[in-house]
Amino acid sequence: MLFPVYWMINASLQPNGATLQTSWLPLSPDFSGYATAIREQGRNLATSLVVALGSVLFSLAIAAPAAYALAYFKVRGAGVVLFAILISQMIPGIVVANALYTAYNDLGLLNSIPGLILADSSHGIPFAILIMRAFMNNMPASVIEAAKVDGAGHLRAFWSIVLPLSRNALITAGLFTFLFTWSDFLFALTLTTTDAVRPVTLGIFQYMGAYVNDWSSVMATAVLASIPAIILLIAAQKYVAAGTTGGAVK
Amino acid sequence: MSTTVERVSHRAAEAIPGPTGARRLGYRRRERVYQWLFLLPAAAYLVLFFGYPVVKNVLMSFQDYSTSTFYTGEAPWVGFANYASVLSSSLFSTSLINTALFTAGSIAGQFVLGLGLAVFFKQRFPLNGILRSLLLLPWLLPLIVSSAVWRWILDKDSGALNNFLESLGLISTGIPWLTSTSLALAAVVGVNIWIGIPFNVTVLYGGLQDIPDELYEAAALDGATGWRAFRHVTWPMLRPVVSVVLVLGVVYTLKVLDIILGLTNGGPANSTQTIATQSYALSFQDFKFGEGAAMGNVLVLISLVFAVLYLRVNRRAVDE
Repeated sequence: MLFPVYWMINASLQPNGATLQTSWLPLSPDFSGYATAIREQGRNLATSLVVALGSVLFSLAIAAPAAYALAYFKVRGAGVVLFAILISQMIPGIVVANALYTAYNDLGLLNSIPGLILADSSHGIPFAILIMRAFMNNMPASVIEAAKVDGAGHLRAFWSIVLPLSRNALITAGLFTFLFTWSDFLFALTLTTTDAVRPVTLGIFQYMGAYVNDWSSVMATAVLASIPAIILLIAAQKYVAAGTTGGAVK
Repeated sequence: MSTTVERVSHRAAEAIPGPTGARRLGYRRRERVYQWLFLLPAAAYLVLFFGYPVVKNVLMSFQDYSTSTFYTGEAPWVGFANYASVLSSSLFSTSLINTALFTAGSIAGQFVLGLGLAVFFKQRFPLNGILRSLLLLPWLLPLIVSSAVWRWILDKDSGALNNFLESLGLISTGIPWLTSTSLALAAVVGVNIWIGIPFNVTVLYGGLQDIPDELYEAAALDGATGWRAFRHVTWPMLRPVVSVVLVLGVVYTLKVLDIILGLTNGGPANSTQTIATQSYALSFQDFKFGEGAAMGNVLVLISLVFAVLYLRVNRRAVDE
């Protein structure tokens, strides 16, 4: 199962241009692939980082209050919103991209960072609402009640009680939103047409598009693009477990 | 939970000194305003980024929407012409069959291997937890990264797979995994199975954990162990989770685009073209947005059937 990951790292450390025979072990590691990758894709990596961080902030700002409202209030129409969230996850990305391209073209949002942040948040927002709602459902109502008795309004209670208590759910939702956005390829492919704003996923795709004769720099870029996933797996184990099971079935 | 909150707000309303009917009404109205303030941004986002595209796609599929539309702003209505040309093209049946094969093959492989691994990980052994989380890696990597790596592994002349097979003496010349019309689809399915296994393992493992040990103990007393225990205890207890995994898997696999574009770009000779990649090609390579939208709507219709199935299954799973 993990061989392809090993192979990616191994190949990224081979000397440039060694296309015909790649040895099974990087016995004499060569970092020129990384040098090329950073020189040619560094800007795209930075773009991906900005878009992913922006999408995390935007998604949490939209999703956290909604999750709170769905978990706590008996809002008329809450069922409709939940239903819409479930259905929204089944709409093919190409359908969204098709419509957004024409709308973005009119609004001048093509090839822009805000445009990508908005579109990419469509991966994270439904997921974040579901996972935070599941968490907030289990939060004792007595805590909010106590805050209300002390005279806190809804906004106060939400900001200084609910959010701090939901820290774990916020982190889980934030991490996955980051990863979804970082990995996005479809919106990068359809909503950017110049190299002014170009996420690294599209950079890799274009590397592959031409006849590839320098696999070590492609693989080095691939390794660099995998770093968020690897960090997430090592540093945030318990959040990953919560995210995979929580978002999938509930 | 929500009923508790309702009760809480009642109590809070009564706590206001000397509440009159009118004041309580004002309080409740203010409550409602707050509730909607919390929900409104998300509702607006869902409408703009999911509702609008769906409606817009339906409209576009009845229009002659092309590059010139962007200059002139005119997109004449053409009725069902887009659907007619999309559905009657010889490529449509190819894409439809490929989509069915891609989806069925991916789901079957992911599920069987995922279930096997989930059962395996249910045993206690050292490093269980670490191995299980390492297994998640293929699922967390950007899809385009996975396709780049696999494209290199499956390369005809210098790929690791052919090198390995040659060193074993099993083949003498490289197999064109991704560049032959007869193998490409199978290769793409294989890669997609690899990507989907972690999801299946994680969810099925969670389902297995929820089966109480007493059931196995009771079954063992009746003489059911091993395969019989799996058939009579594990499988029936796991069924709700299985249905959810399968239906979600189908819905996600139907719309896969990244992997196919990264590995083969739909080729060679359209042998890996699916409805999703075809919709992309029509809109963004041929700039026939109307036809692309029509193709996209076909995909939405197919997904919708499974979405309804999912909601029914999910409701039953929650009720039980």
